[in-house]
Amino acid sequence: MTATLTPVKKRSALTKGQLPKAAPYIVLALALILGAAILALIGFNAFGWGIVSAMLFTVGLVGWSAAVEGSRRAKDKLATCLVVGAFLISLLPLVSVIWTVLVKGLPGLLDPGFLGTSMNGVTGAFDNKSVENGAPVVGGIYHALIGTVQITLLATVISVPVGLLTSIYLVEYGDDRPLARAITFFVDVMTGIPSIVAGLFAAAFFFAVAGPGTKTGAVAAVALSVLMIPVVVRSSEEMLKIVPNELREAAYALGVRKWRTILKVVIPTAISGIASGVTLAIARVIGETAPILVTAGFATSINNNVFGGWMASLPTFIYTQILNPTSPSNPGPSDQRAWGAALVLIILVMLLNLAARLVARIFAPKAGR
Amino acid sequence: MKASRFGRNAAIAVIAAGALALTACGSDNATNSTAGTPAASGPKVTGTLTGIGSSAQGAAMDVWKTNFASANQGAQVQYSPDGSGAGRKAILDGSAQFAGSDAYLKDDEYASSKAKCGPDGALNIPVYISPIAVAFNLPDVKDLKLDAATVAKIFRGQIAKWNDPAIAALNPDAKLPDLKVTPVNRSDDSGTTQNFTDYLSAAASDVWTDKSSGVWPASLKGENAKGTSGVVKTVTDTPGAVTYADDSAVSGKLGVAQIKVGNGFTTISADAAAKAVDAGKPVEGRAANDLSIKLDRKTTIEGAYPIVLVSFHVVCSTYDSKETADLVKAFENYVVSDAGQKAAAESAKSAPLSKALQDKAAKSIESIKAKS
Amino acid sequence: MTTTSLTTSRGAGRAGDKVFSAATLAAGCLILAVLFGVALFLVIQAVPALVAPPDKIQGGAGFFAYIWPIVIGTLIAAVIALVIATPVAIGVALFISHFAPRRLASGLGYVIDLLAAIPSVVYGAWGAAFLAREISPAYGWLASNLGWLPIFQGPASATGKTILTAGIVLAVMVLPIITSLSREIFLQTPKLHEEAALALGATRWEMIRMAVLPFGRPGIISAIMLGLGRALGETMAVALVLSSGALTASLIQSGNQTIAAEIALNFPEASGLKVSTLIAAGLVLFIITLGVNMLARWIITRHKEFSGAN
Repeated sequence: MTATLTPVKKRSALTKGQLPKAAPYIVLALALILGAAILALIGFNAFGWGIVSAMLFTVGLVGWSAAVEGSRRAKDKLATCLVVGAFLISLLPLVSVIWTVLVKGLPGLLDPGFLGTSMNGVTGAFDNKSVENGAPVVGGIYHALIGTVQITLLATVISVPVGLLTSIYLVEYGDDRPLARAITFFVDVMTGIPSIVAGLFAAAFFFAVAGPGTKTGAVAAVALSVLMIPVVVRSSEEMLKIVPNELREAAYALGVRKWRTILKVVIPTAISGIASGVTLAIARVIGETAPILVTAGFATSINNNVFGGWMASLPTFIYTQILNPTSPSNPGPSDQRAWGAALVLIILVMLLNLAARLVARIFAPKAGR
Repeated sequence: MKASRFGRNAAIAVIAAGALALTACGSDNATNSTAGTPAASGPKVTGTLTGIGSSAQGAAMDVWKTNFASANQGAQVQYSPDGSGAGRKAILDGSAQFAGSDAYLKDDEYASSKAKCGPDGALNIPVYISPIAVAFNLPDVKDLKLDAATVAKIFRGQIAKWNDPAIAALNPDAKLPDLKVTPVNRSDDSGTTQNFTDYLSAAASDVWTDKSSGVWPASLKGENAKGTSGVVKTVTDTPGAVTYADDSAVSGKLGVAQIKVGNGFTTISADAAAKAVDAGKPVEGRAANDLSIKLDRKTTIEGAYPIVLVSFHVVCSTYDSKETADLVKAFENYVVSDAGQKAAAESAKSAPLSKALQDKAAKSIESIKAKS
Repeated sequence: MTTTSLTTSRGAGRAGDKVFSAATLAAGCLILAVLFGVALFLVIQAVPALVAPPDKIQGGAGFFAYIWPIVIGTLIAAVIALVIATPVAIGVALFISHFAPRRLASGLGYVIDLLAAIPSVVYGAWGAAFLAREISPAYGWLASNLGWLPIFQGPASATGKTILTAGIVLAVMVLPIITSLSREIFLQTPKLHEEAALALGATRWEMIRMAVLPFGRPGIISAIMLGLGRALGETMAVALVLSSGALTASLIQSGNQTIAAEIALNFPEASGLKVSTLIAAGLVLFIITLGVNMLARWIITRHKEFSGAN
């Protein structure tokens, strides 16, 4: 560390031994040209070009930096290249998935009546007609949208209080007691419950309590809660843990009660992370198919009552439309509806995310006052 | 503080408004149909009938329940295509009033059905016939003749190339390509696999040494995909691939093999399938009016197509309430009627029941009664 | 946390404290009760398969012979997913928290969160229809150039629907989970630590290695565990992508199967003992998760002294 303190001549002190500002661009240009040349030898494709050029760029920049700036700076450059590279790599499948959904989903979404009607009365005959004579694709996802919103809302109402209170217990009251340790451990185990098992458990529980054949949105909500609670606990626990102890101690020093401290100081400090965790938990379950299939039944018409009657949901709608098309011989319209529904589901989560951010902003303590 | 409180109220207001907007503007009338006139013959029925079962019947059930509900005001049917096993379980534990199943009840299931379905147990009524096609993706070949042993060899991986002498011998006129054979099977447990392997193990017993089963034998290596739509998609994407799938789902891009029956080759068709079903024998040891059918896969009847899936509705012979019994009778009567079978054929491309079978089914349905 | 001794005043607040702590305790116990219920349900339903004579179980060789290949298959898929997803996810989290321009960062975080929401059916359909087809030439290349490695032994699958493809799809699915949680943890690194490191002349990478990563280590492990939970239990995506079969060492041939997909593929048609067998498979998956979590706990406690928190 002391090596850098060697006094040097005045003006170049700050820039001596550094790469010129344009260095990355020069290396990038060289890497692209060299990459294209190499790819030309073994058969050109855009994807391979990108990969090869990225490798060449990393090697070139790090090598140059090591020669001029020394190994510490070179390591820093390497880390930067890897981190940015990781980000670019992660973008590939993500962009591909979103692009697929957009391209396949937009025609369905733009169909008149897609959002406003249910699948009630839509039979294979209509789909055959629309493929053979070009009639418009009928049927929509209104019933499934209502179902998803209600089931997920109910699941959230069940799991967020339970999950948040548990994480408060773990962080604030647990004191590493055996019970707290047991809860932490079993919450981790709970994240590994296969979703179908959660559904079967909820179905069996309600069969025992409310009689055979009880399938409603509420049963599905309980099944989803089993999947959701551990995610809420785990993420909020991490967020509560990193609230600085100084804040708590300051509140206690002012004579504030512990529960008031938690509600007014600890949770608001962590609310952004908690909201993000809850959104993640909702996102995790809103797309679940298997548990809803065995708990909520399969409806094609609108049901506004989450506590009675079978209920449709977007994931089960997508699943059945892809795997059991309304018209087996002409699956096109069903595919279109399925991808349209997938797009709607993504938009729904996007709105949810926005709402979570809004909540976080409203409840978070004002910074920098 | 004031600003944040305003923010909170605003957020709540927005959420409430959104929820209201969402519940206000939905319609169950997606097809712009005007309300049907209640024109049902027989007694007026009301209530909701719950069925669970086969996903193969899903498309047919869509049209049956729609037409039934529009013909009978106040009555409706809900059906969840969870799978045949789930459906049979549901009728045995009383959580559904009828089940759709790609196989009739097994003996032990029939015995336990007496707990919920009265002393005569449950009835199996055939409602949906679907011939299973052997579909292949060969760029220049559309017509192919195969016999049971060759089909079995293809799916066991014993025939590597499409121009194999075994195939060429059956198709002297076809120009068979030098292409790798890629058999594709169903990865999920299914009635289609059950019926297909049942055919192979009966008609080509010296080649197909595995027992018939809904699960593809694990010892065979090959490609697979989930669901009928999955295998059809995979085969459509892969030249040289061959699969078995419900005929309704096989698109025009794929070729469909003719199967050797007796001395001739049968092209797949609704009539040929119905003919094979009529040649089946009733299963012993069931209730008097039960219509479980044991198909004769080795049939030599001219023009019959023996690779066929018969899907049943499993109903109780005795229901607790008269209302339910009437509802079941009305619905099943519609399903096996000319109108019901025609509607299914139109929208799910299934093979209609033969007249003889329809009459037997109607008689069986008539025997359903309520607990007195 | 040794801060509980300061609450000695009287009045209404005291009842509030009692009620609140009791509520948190009750919530914790409720979770234990639910988990106990699930475990009980699994055991009761699974017992018939565990005690049945071997020839009644699918495959005819008993439950153990039925389950072990798919246990290995499950682990292979999950390991592939985590090996791919973890470094990339941590890289992405670091990029968003410490490298990207601030304004861009929040938008990127938003996009990544969004990806957790895409239903697994869609990932499955994407993997089966798009990824498998695009990636199968690469498998051909691997088979011909690295075929001497058992895991890349040819002939490569013609459809590309292999365990490696399934693992990649799983990696894409767990990526947003790990990223989202790690990002939040990295953002919470005390600014003072970071600034102190920079002030000592550390480069950005050295600052991250000395201040951010040690602070975030327990959180990262939690995040990975959450991702692992999803990878182990994922059903639909694997069921749609994988061309399943017997256990194979090669990752680029069709073959292998995971427990969750096995349940999903066979449950709808199952009846009688088959149902018990599948639920017993679920129980085994549950026990695997238990084991993996114990391992993770052990790692976390071993590294506790390095943790920067508090």
